[in-house]
Amino acid sequence: MATKTVIEALHNALHEEMQRDQRVLVMGEDVEEGGVFRVTEGLLAEFGPGRIIDTPLSESLIVGAAIGAAINGMRPVAEIQFADFIHPAMDQIVSEAARMRYRSNGAFSCPLVIRAPSGGGIHGALYHSQNVEAFFAHVPGLKVVAPSTPYDVAGLLKAAIRDEDPVLFFEHKKTYRLIKGEVPEEDFVVPIGKANVVREGKDLSILTYGLAVHQCLEAAEALAQEVRIEVVDLRTLAPLDKETILESVRKTGKALIVHEDNLTGGIGGEVAAIIAAEAFDYLDGPVLRLAMPDVPAVPFSPPLEEYCLLNPEKIISAVRKLAAY
Amino acid sequence: MVAVRDPLGALGLTEGDLIEMYYRVVLARAVSARMWILNRMGRAPFAITCDGHEVAQVASAFGLRPGKDWVVPYYRDMGVVVSVGMTPRDLMLGLLAKAADPSSGGRQMPSHFGHAGLRVVSGSSPVATQIPHAVGIALASKLRGEEDATIVYFGDGATSKGDFHEGLNFAGVHRLPVVFFCENNGYAISVPLRKQMAIAQISQRAAGYGFPGVTVDGNDLLAVYAASKEALERARRGEGPTLIEAVVQRLVPHSSDDDQRRYRSEKELEAGKQADPIPRLKAYMEESGFLTAEKNEEINKRVAKEVDDATDFAEKSPYPEPEEAVTRVYGSSEG
Amino acid sequence: MAVNVVMPQLGETITEGTITRWLKKVGDWVDRYEPVVEVNTDKVDVEVPSPEAGHLREILVSEGMTVAVGEVLAVLEEAGAAAEKEPAPTAAPTGAAEPAEAQARATPRVRKLARDHGVDLAQVSGSGPGGRITEEDVQAYLATWQPPRPTPVAPEAIGPEQEVEVIPLSPVRRTIAQRMTQSAFSAPHAWLSMEADVSALVRLRDGMKEEFRRREGVDLTYVPFVIKAATEALREHPILNSAWSEEGLVLKKRIHVGVAVGVEEGLVVPVIRDADQLSIAGLAHAVQKLTDRARAGRLSLEDVQGGTFTVNNTGAFGSVVSMPIINPGQAAIVSMEAIVKKPVVVEDAIAIRNTLNLCLSFDHRVLDGSAAGGFLQTMRKRLEAMGPDMSLY
Repeated sequence: MATKTVIEALHNALHEEMQRDQRVLVMGEDVEEGGVFRVTEGLLAEFGPGRIIDTPLSESLIVGAAIGAAINGMRPVAEIQFADFIHPAMDQIVSEAARMRYRSNGAFSCPLVIRAPSGGGIHGALYHSQNVEAFFAHVPGLKVVAPSTPYDVAGLLKAAIRDEDPVLFFEHKKTYRLIKGEVPEEDFVVPIGKANVVREGKDLSILTYGLAVHQCLEAAEALAQEVRIEVVDLRTLAPLDKETILESVRKTGKALIVHEDNLTGGIGGEVAAIIAAEAFDYLDGPVLRLAMPDVPAVPFSPPLEEYCLLNPEKIISAVRKLAAY
Repeated sequence: MVAVRDPLGALGLTEGDLIEMYYRVVLARAVSARMWILNRMGRAPFAITCDGHEVAQVASAFGLRPGKDWVVPYYRDMGVVVSVGMTPRDLMLGLLAKAADPSSGGRQMPSHFGHAGLRVVSGSSPVATQIPHAVGIALASKLRGEEDATIVYFGDGATSKGDFHEGLNFAGVHRLPVVFFCENNGYAISVPLRKQMAIAQISQRAAGYGFPGVTVDGNDLLAVYAASKEALERARRGEGPTLIEAVVQRLVPHSSDDDQRRYRSEKELEAGKQADPIPRLKAYMEESGFLTAEKNEEINKRVAKEVDDATDFAEKSPYPEPEEAVTRVYGSSEG
Repeated sequence: MAVNVVMPQLGETITEGTITRWLKKVGDWVDRYEPVVEVNTDKVDVEVPSPEAGHLREILVSEGMTVAVGEVLAVLEEAGAAAEKEPAPTAAPTGAAEPAEAQARATPRVRKLARDHGVDLAQVSGSGPGGRITEEDVQAYLATWQPPRPTPVAPEAIGPEQEVEVIPLSPVRRTIAQRMTQSAFSAPHAWLSMEADVSALVRLRDGMKEEFRRREGVDLTYVPFVIKAATEALREHPILNSAWSEEGLVLKKRIHVGVAVGVEEGLVVPVIRDADQLSIAGLAHAVQKLTDRARAGRLSLEDVQGGTFTVNNTGAFGSVVSMPIINPGQAAIVSMEAIVKKPVVVEDAIAIRNTLNLCLSFDHRVLDGSAAGGFLQTMRKRLEAMGPDMSLY
């Protein structure tokens, strides 16, 4: 085991996969010099320009060419510099990558990974802070993961690269250097589609992902004497781990979904609907969501940013309300 | 047409090659005609075909190595896919959306070709999205040091899309082994060329991306073949991409949901019919002695039989099971 | 055979067309796919081809007339018309909203708890916010449930020489009554009895019971042995591990034995899952555990569901012969009567043996006397073979 930050775990996992499988290549803006977050640091020197490829400023092309390379036998890891810039590639992701297998009745498929740093709290304002996972979790044919610990980031990147389907890989950029954790030295994989109970409890379940996992853990610790909170890190947003979600809610009877993405149309609605449909008899209170208010994106000025984003205090307040029901 | 003493020999073509290309052209047209008939009978809800493009398509595809070179067609490319090995049955199964349709198992609209074994890449309806795919395919071939070339087809309208520019730009930067083949018929549904672009020739665009562009008369079989052969060889030699613009006629409406008489005059449509490349090709071959009356008769009979067989086969072929609709979403668990 | 030429759907939004010109007249030969008529719509003008080859027998719509898509324009003689495929029925959306229960007094979790235990929430007082009934409230109610006082009944209804006390029906009693009635009135019960010589078994148990109690912490009764004999016999005669249904006899692959336990309110039948996989010791533990839970009123719904066969220890209260009623959903029930020492004939001489009657009631819709007899024979043989050299594990 070794203690790594999220960014170190990401870098190492990518490095290991590129060593393990000659078909893995990275394409995106600035990847050759190491990437704006240093995820690909040193990889050009080791693997050469045939496997670490700087692309022009063309998100649609980045994804489109990655699709083509995947069709022709490679395992591309396409990098979109910020999740906020993924929208020009929407057509390629939704109309093409997601449908390649379905529309060709299985004759063609594109095993590719699209990585993008997402999330706010680093003074990134409207165009460097977005959470875009809900757009893609909605699309059958795509898999969407949002790991938030070094272990999960490493294990899920490996799983994503080895997966036969297109995977959107959203890392929360605030966790890059903030979150440290143990990562095994030997090869391992975190399966896509499995959530993780990161803290056990009997009174109330929090279902969450991304940076919010850590904020929820902080809140749970602070409330430990009052409410025994179970924190479930969803890790994969599509397909959702229904079994783990329902098992937790059936146990505690109370469900609070917490995510940094704004409230309306966020993944929280999907999780809530599943709980309402399949754990109805076990509910001891309404299914509640805590999320960013419905603003187009996070503003820049510190008081504005703070007002919008989540923090442990907001989570504590929401938990108390539900626990008292 | 340029008068060369041995035009075929200069291109490395035999008389047999020419006959084969002529047969493919006639076959593509005949399949198209049958598709329109079935559509007019209410037996096929949608048809979109190649009339006027066949000569350019067949000539461009003749130099490809089926199953090795990658072919990324768009929906008008019946002549291309027939050239690399898709059969009239394949096309009819697609038209009637039957389970055995190799392109999509009945999931896509007709003429959204795809065939894994022949390396004909499954395409979609949004225009030009296939261009970055072709570029990525060529990138992978180059990275692995393979000799395979990739050819991607599209219409004049597609050259306005971002994906066209982003794709050509990347191919130029990395000198990728890809041929960009534009079938310019002067219309994107009803929008004429002058409203689509401010330049006179699409081939001019290649200069903006750092590689050669060439315009050819799409009705001239040998000219198209020559340009395509050269472009494919350039690609295989590692000299990078080429943009070929083949100027053709669109003799049919955009699709069965279009009536081109609303935006094209009688005079223009009549002129188009007069410029139909197939009679022109036939005349050339007869004058040059390559096509006798018997051979012509034989080809027509063979084509008619194939088209009838394909129609009957496809009509009798079963539809997919309804539950198939929810399969093949993902690769892992389910089907 | 007649073939129709119909007005085709010539564009997505087209609903009708006008005949402009007939290209053939009545009596003409028409090739397959040959144009027959010119039609005009606001989107397209086309020649409509013939679906088959044949002679044009009849023209139904004259030039200048407008008809809707699908209307027959003409009729041809010859060639089989392709049968119209039945349009696939559109799937009806699944409706099924549960009737909304009166909101309020309890959350779904609490309502389920009450349901599972037969508690009428109207009888429970709520200590939660706004008078809501909480889980704790229901648990408390269950712990202290008292039968209500007997209500005196008017003398005329009883008769002059009688006094009565009406004991109100507990939920358990009500359920027993309903299920017994259901079983007795739907399954034609037939009955068979055999006597087993269990002398060796008695010796085994007498010899082992102290040590077993010490080692295992539970009593070694005859019940596990009878269950073991029953499961072995069920494996050989699977028809007794089944149930009646209109669609067919439902043969169950796994053996889940219900053991009747008397509790204060009546009889409950908790189920030992996969009883055939357990040893004597295992069965002893299972029986004890379920009996304890039953007597403490802590049986869950899962505990009493899924039984495939029932063993009833009527011998516990001294019965030597009984006719048990089959549990609904099963095909048979066996009662083990009291073990009685009595004289029997062994090889033409009188001997004193411990005997145990096995009384089998079976559903005569599912099986007949010979199958029942075969089963009971097997059971008896097994029991008679159990003795001091048998392993309990």
